[in-house]
Amino acid sequence: ISPAELASTPTEEPNGSGHLMDFLDEPFPDVGTYEDFHTIDWLREKSRDTDRHRKITSKSKESLWELIKSLLDAWSGWVVMLLIGLLSGTLAGVIDLAVDWMTDLKEGVCLTAFWYSHEQCCWTSNETTFDDRDKCPQWQKWAELMTGHAEGAGAYVLNYLLYVMWALLFSFLAVSLVRVFAPYACGSGIPEIKTILSGFIIRGYLGKWTLLIKTVTLVLAVSSGLSLGKEGPLVHVACCCGNLFCSLFSKYSKNEGKRREVLSAAAAAGVSVAFGAPIGGVLFSLEEVSYYFPLKTLWRSFFAALVAAFTLRAINPFGNSRLVLFYVEYHTPWYMAELVPFILLGVFGGLWGTLFIRANIAWCRRRKTTLLGKYPVLEVIAVTGITAVLAFPNPYTRRSTSELISELFNDCGALESSQLCDYVNNPNMSRPVDDIPDRPAGPGVYNALWQLALALVFKIVITIFTFGMKIPSGLFIPSMAVGAIAGRIVGIAVEQMAYHHHDWLIFKNWCRPGADCVTPGLYAMVGAAACLGEPRRPQKRSSPLLRQSRPEKRSRKKGLNGTSREESTPPTLATDERGPRGKAPLWAFLTQDPTRVEELEALIKDTDYKGFRVVISRESERFMGFVQGRDLPLAIRKSPFKQDGVVSSSVVYFTEDAPLLPPTNPQPLKLRRILNLSPFTVTDHTPMETVVDIFRKLGLRQCLVTRSGRLLGIITKKDVLRHMAQMMNQDPESIMFN
Amino acid sequence: MKSVFLLEAFSVACFVLLNQVTAKNSEDIRCKCICPPYRDIEGQIYKQNVSLKDCNCLHVVEPMPVDGKDVEAYCLRCECKFEERSSATIKVTIIMYLSILGLLLLYMVYLTLLEPMLKRRLFGHSQLIQSDDDVGQPFANAHNVLSHSHSRPNMLNKVEHAQQRWRRQVQEQRKSVFDRHVVLS
Repeated sequence: ISPAELASTPTEEPNGSGHLMDFLDEPFPDVGTYEDFHTIDWLREKSRDTDRHRKITSKSKESLWELIKSLLDAWSGWVVMLLIGLLSGTLAGVIDLAVDWMTDLKEGVCLTAFWYSHEQCCWTSNETTFDDRDKCPQWQKWAELMTGHAEGAGAYVLNYLLYVMWALLFSFLAVSLVRVFAPYACGSGIPEIKTILSGFIIRGYLGKWTLLIKTVTLVLAVSSGLSLGKEGPLVHVACCCGNLFCSLFSKYSKNEGKRREVLSAAAAAGVSVAFGAPIGGVLFSLEEVSYYFPLKTLWRSFFAALVAAFTLRAINPFGNSRLVLFYVEYHTPWYMAELVPFILLGVFGGLWGTLFIRANIAWCRRRKTTLLGKYPVLEVIAVTGITAVLAFPNPYTRRSTSELISELFNDCGALESSQLCDYVNNPNMSRPVDDIPDRPAGPGVYNALWQLALALVFKIVITIFTFGMKIPSGLFIPSMAVGAIAGRIVGIAVEQMAYHHHDWLIFKNWCRPGADCVTPGLYAMVGAAACLGEPRRPQKRSSPLLRQSRPEKRSRKKGLNGTSREESTPPTLATDERGPRGKAPLWAFLTQDPTRVEELEALIKDTDYKGFRVVISRESERFMGFVQGRDLPLAIRKSPFKQDGVVSSSVVYFTEDAPLLPPTNPQPLKLRRILNLSPFTVTDHTPMETVVDIFRKLGLRQCLVTRSGRLLGIITKKDVLRHMAQMMNQDPESIMFN
Repeated sequence: MKSVFLLEAFSVACFVLLNQVTAKNSEDIRCKCICPPYRDIEGQIYKQNVSLKDCNCLHVVEPMPVDGKDVEAYCLRCECKFEERSSATIKVTIIMYLSILGLLLLYMVYLTLLEPMLKRRLFGHSQLIQSDDDVGQPFANAHNVLSHSHSRPNMLNKVEHAQQRWRRQVQEQRKSVFDRHVVLS
């Protein structure tokens, strides 16, 4: 809440009518809260939490009721995790079901019950055949519904047209809703969440409207056929749920450090429901997203992820109790010689990552600087149109990307009848289902190969333009799709090479004729894994103005890791117009001698200091403590509500006992509670590496510098970042955006 | 907005309750057996609404296309899977999603098209001072309406104030995301 809003708060009586509607009033910021786009002070939050805990523990010995309250306080963490898991699982289930239905809506509709997707519609029908498992008379394509013809050129054109129209409608609705209601709902959200978790404040990013709009528009964006996934946005949705439930308990709502523990666990729950893998979610939260991850958070994250996964399973969106997104079973072991194609796939993953990062950054820069950025709605519509027009003819791009990946991971047994599994079968074969000997590829496989190659090129190109638009979008699934397609192509190539050339040296020891030796599905999985690792790197390296990353010096790398989350990500750091930069002193001093409220107000009004040091007296300048710049005006303005009789000419004191005053003076104002008596100090001879280390490991926000026992100045986190930027030959002024 | 939170909590609660309360439709379980081509018989898919204990080739594959001795060989190659779904969950989810989407679209149409027209008629052209870059944006009159508000703290005014505050926040967000392009994706 900015100071501007403070000034314009309407004067309403605290005892006004309608306490029910009090939530509509503007919340008055408390002393100890933080401004938007600033960092929190981890040490202060930690000490406040310890104080609170100590108070509760000491009070719990007083009576039974206090004991129960202390138990409730201890349990509140687990209750929050339970609620987060339930809500995340429910929302993920809703999203899955809705995406399933709306994706199929582009092609046709179920006549018996319009809310069924294609697979659900044909669930009970008996007219499905082995070759056309999906066809049934209850589900009709649009052309068949409108004109009565199922085949033919006219039907094809009509289907094509309607597919493109539905895609355009969905994406237009998505971008309009994002623009009107919650602009923070665009993008995937993971970089900003990383920043928030490292101690940054972005108000509104995890709000209720953002949650609602992100859920609704994510379904629309994924259903429109664009080359994006829903895993990244699901993490954002889960963190919004976490933020929502934090506000129920004052233990979390008032303490920003504790809140971030909850958000770490919520991120784990988000990934857990996206992939159906609770442990994967916890590892993701631990490694990728979190900054402060104590052991307690590990267990809580796992609990939240489990609850979320179980809730999703209870809703059962996939209809056959399948929870994991891609469920594969391979029966053939892999051989050491297969490492060569695996390494090739790894190299491909690296190349794809580099290409994607460079191209996407260049395109995003163009979006930022040229006319393209002024028309976000038109941009979304144009990209959707192009995607739909190019994707419809190729059956592998027409269907949703998750289905494509599932099919590519699938091992071809006797039960499959897709084009990709059209191998030439020996009609007298009587082997059991799982043990399929190597077979030559039929014409269907070759057909599939060139279609897949086209799909690969298309996906690589279109993802570069899709990412960065103003709709919720995730990068996991498109990267996996690119890798899976490449892997499958390589796998089929190796398999056919092994079949036709049994006598080559590399295949002689490993592939016996008549036995299965190469599993193309496994290659697809390896390819997907290789490509998944790469494109997320720009979040670690690129500066907010999207510069080309320069090679870092090795000695600085460690220092960067801790604070790089601040530096690299969020360009949402606004320009710091509130603080003087450069030569002007960043602090002023107050003395322990009594001053008056109006003098303080004059001091605050004229300047915008970051902090105030409190000294014993002007002459001795012996250092007493430190007051945060934001706290002082808040404490003064809030005081009329707390202590009666405080007026402008009241005396302000920082000591424990009030100064002796004649009784005619108005009530003095005690401001000791906003005074930090133990700020962190270093001397001016401390090497900069140590200072950077201290900031990183302790999570400090500012640090005081002394020389010979006297206070010399103050270093803030942003100063450290600016220094590091200068070391790396980047423009230090750009840190104002951090 | 706490009302949004209440609405969401309410719908989630309804959803979970409905999930438990609705009786299990007998059509919601099935056993699906896929049998690949065998000799001169084509591949077939058989489905029946049987429970888990009857989900095997002998119960589900009817009529059996092969005779006595070949039945075992044929059944060995078939794969039977038991599947269940909740049609009530699907129905409730889709209808709830569509209704929420519809409500949001109506509200969006109201905010972008109807409200400026209504406000213009109520307050007259002279009193609206819109800055240049606000023209055409949704919520353009957020600042203006505040100045016209009465000072009586009744419920309607509180709702109005809360709404204006929300609009200002959204405008701020929109400036940083759409104009300055500061959000990474």
